[in-house]
Amino acid sequence: MQKTTPMASLETLQKLVPQVRRDILRMVHQVNSGHPGGSLGCAEFLVTLYNHVMDYSTDFSMDGKNEDLFFLSNGHISPVFYSTLARSGFFPVAELATFRKLNSRLQGHPTTHEGLPGVRIASGSLGQGMSVAIGAAETKKLNNDSNLVYTLHGDGELQEGQNWEAIMYAAAKGIDNLIATIDYNKQQIDGSTDDVLPLGDLRAKLEAFGWEVIDVEQGNNIEAIIKALETAKSATGKQKPIAILLHTVMGNGVDFMMHTHAWHGKAPNDEQLAIGLAQNEETLGDY
Amino acid sequence: MGLKEYTFTEKIDTRSGFGVGLAELGDANPNVVALCADLTGSLKMNAFKDAHPERFFQIGIAEANMMGIAAGMTIGGKIPFTGTFANFSTGRVYDQIRQSIAYSHKNVKICASHAGITLGEDGATHQILEDIGMMKMLPGMTVINTCDFEQTRKATHAIAAHNGPVYLRFGRPKMPNFTTALPFEIGKGIVLQEGTDVTLVATGHLVWEALEAAKTLHAAGISAEVINIHTIKPLDDALILASAKKTGAVVSCEEHNFLGGLGESIARVLAQHHPTPQAFVATQDTFGESGTPAELMEKYGLNAASIVRKAQEVIARKA
Repeated sequence: MQKTTPMASLETLQKLVPQVRRDILRMVHQVNSGHPGGSLGCAEFLVTLYNHVMDYSTDFSMDGKNEDLFFLSNGHISPVFYSTLARSGFFPVAELATFRKLNSRLQGHPTTHEGLPGVRIASGSLGQGMSVAIGAAETKKLNNDSNLVYTLHGDGELQEGQNWEAIMYAAAKGIDNLIATIDYNKQQIDGSTDDVLPLGDLRAKLEAFGWEVIDVEQGNNIEAIIKALETAKSATGKQKPIAILLHTVMGNGVDFMMHTHAWHGKAPNDEQLAIGLAQNEETLGDY
Repeated sequence: MGLKEYTFTEKIDTRSGFGVGLAELGDANPNVVALCADLTGSLKMNAFKDAHPERFFQIGIAEANMMGIAAGMTIGGKIPFTGTFANFSTGRVYDQIRQSIAYSHKNVKICASHAGITLGEDGATHQILEDIGMMKMLPGMTVINTCDFEQTRKATHAIAAHNGPVYLRFGRPKMPNFTTALPFEIGKGIVLQEGTDVTLVATGHLVWEALEAAKTLHAAGISAEVINIHTIKPLDDALILASAKKTGAVVSCEEHNFLGGLGESIARVLAQHHPTPQAFVATQDTFGESGTPAELMEKYGLNAASIVRKAQEVIARKA
C-alpha cells in the first residue's frame, strides 16, 4: 500500500480551491440539483485536510488501517467531497461529470453502495457521522493504530439529538483521536440557524460536555485552517475529543451566493454559472 | 406416521443462549466486540464483559449512538454485536440502521432480546411486534428469530462467521431447550416433524407450541408437518414450497404482527409459486399489554391450542 502524506504547498492549495469551486458549480448546474452553498463554504477546509494534513493512501481500502480517516456527516455537501477526492487522486476527475446521474458512483449523497473510493459510510440523513467516527476511532485504539479520525458536520445538523449522545460519549470515554469540525456558517435550509433553532453558545456547550474546542474565525482562510488543524493534532492523545468551530461563509467564492441560505440546495442557471466561473480561475483544468 | 420425540432437561431463556454464545465467541475471535445500551444484565452480556472488558463498550441509554458506533467499529475489521431490547434495537433506531449499517454494508450484528409479547408485564411500550417487518425490508439484512437456548447459542456463532448485517431476535421467557442435537445453518429451515395433512411453519417461541400442537393434531388423526424457520430472511423458499405441495395447507406461527412477519413472507412464496391456503397464528394488528407471558400467549392466540384451531380451519379450506 502506498501511504502518502501530501504536504502540498500553500500555492498548490490556493490553486486547488478555485478549481474545486468550479467543479462544484459545474456539477450542480449540469443536473440542476445539489447543494452548492455549504460545498463552497467548505472548499478551503477539505482541500487543506486532504492535501496538507491527512495521511492516507489513494489505493483505497475500507478498513483504512494505519491511515487517517475522514467522515462527512453532512452528506449533502457531496459536491465538495467528490471534487476533493477526485482532485486528490481517489478516482478520475472525469467521473465528476456523472454526479447525480443514473448508474453513477457519485450519488446525490455519498454512499459506499457503488464502491466509490474514499467513502467509508453513507451520509445524508443528518446527525449520524459523529457516532460512526467514534466507532472508527475506538477500533483504531483497539488496533493500536495511532492515526486520526476527522469529521465534518453542519452546524444546523447539531439540532439532531444523536450528535449530543455522541458528544457526551466521546468525552466520557476519552476519544482523543478524533477531530470533529463544525461548518459554522450559521445557515440552514429554512434560514439562519438563529431563526430556525438557535444553537446558543456552541463553544460553551461543547466545553461543558468535556471537549477541547478550537475556534477558527477565518474559516475560509487556508493558513488559518492549517494552523487550527496543527493545533488540533497536537491536542490529540490527551483524553479529550477535539472540536473545531470553523466560521465559514456559505457560498464562499461566488459573490451572489455568499452570506445567504438561498443557495443551500439550489443550482445556478446558465447565466449564474458563467458569473460564478468568471470569479474562479480554471487553475488545473475543468473535468 | 409416528411423531419424533423432542425432550429437554431444562427450560431456559433464549437470551441466555446469546450470552453464552457471545462469551464463547469472545474467547475464540479477537475481532468480536460487544456494545450495550445499559442492559448488560438483561442481555446476558456479563460473561463477555468480565472476560474481555477491553472489547466491551457500555454506550449508555443512547441506542442511536450505539448503532452508529457499531457501524464505525467495522472500519478496521471489528465485528460488533449490539445488545438491547428488540424495541430499542429496531424501531428506535431504524434510520441509523438503514443508513449507517444496511445501506453502508456494515458487518454489524444487531442482537435483540425481549422481543414480542412474552416480555410480559412491562407492557406494550416494550413489546415490539413489528421488528421482523422493519428489519426484513432492509436490503441486505439477514433476519433470524431463534426458538430456544441452543439455537440462539449456535446462531450467535453463525452470524459472526457471516459477512454482513444481521438482526438476531430472541427473548425473555424460559423455553424448553430441545435443539441441542439439531444443526443450525443460516437460511436453512429444519423439518421437526414430517406430516401429510398440514404444514406448521413456526419461528421463535412458537416453535415449541407448534410441536405441542402437532401432538394434539396427531391424536385427532391429523398428520402435521412442523418446520422451524429460524432465518426469516433469506427465507428457505424451497423447503416451504416442497412441504406446501405435499400437505396443501399451511399455518404460519410467530410472536409478531401478522402484517410484516414470517407469515407474510411465506404467503409471498406461496402466491408466487404454489398458491396454498394459509392461516396466520400471529397478533392481529394490535399492540400488546401487561400480563404474564402465558396469559398473553393465550389472550393473543399465540399458543398450541390456537395453532390446532387454525390448522383445522385451514385444512377445511383445502380445495
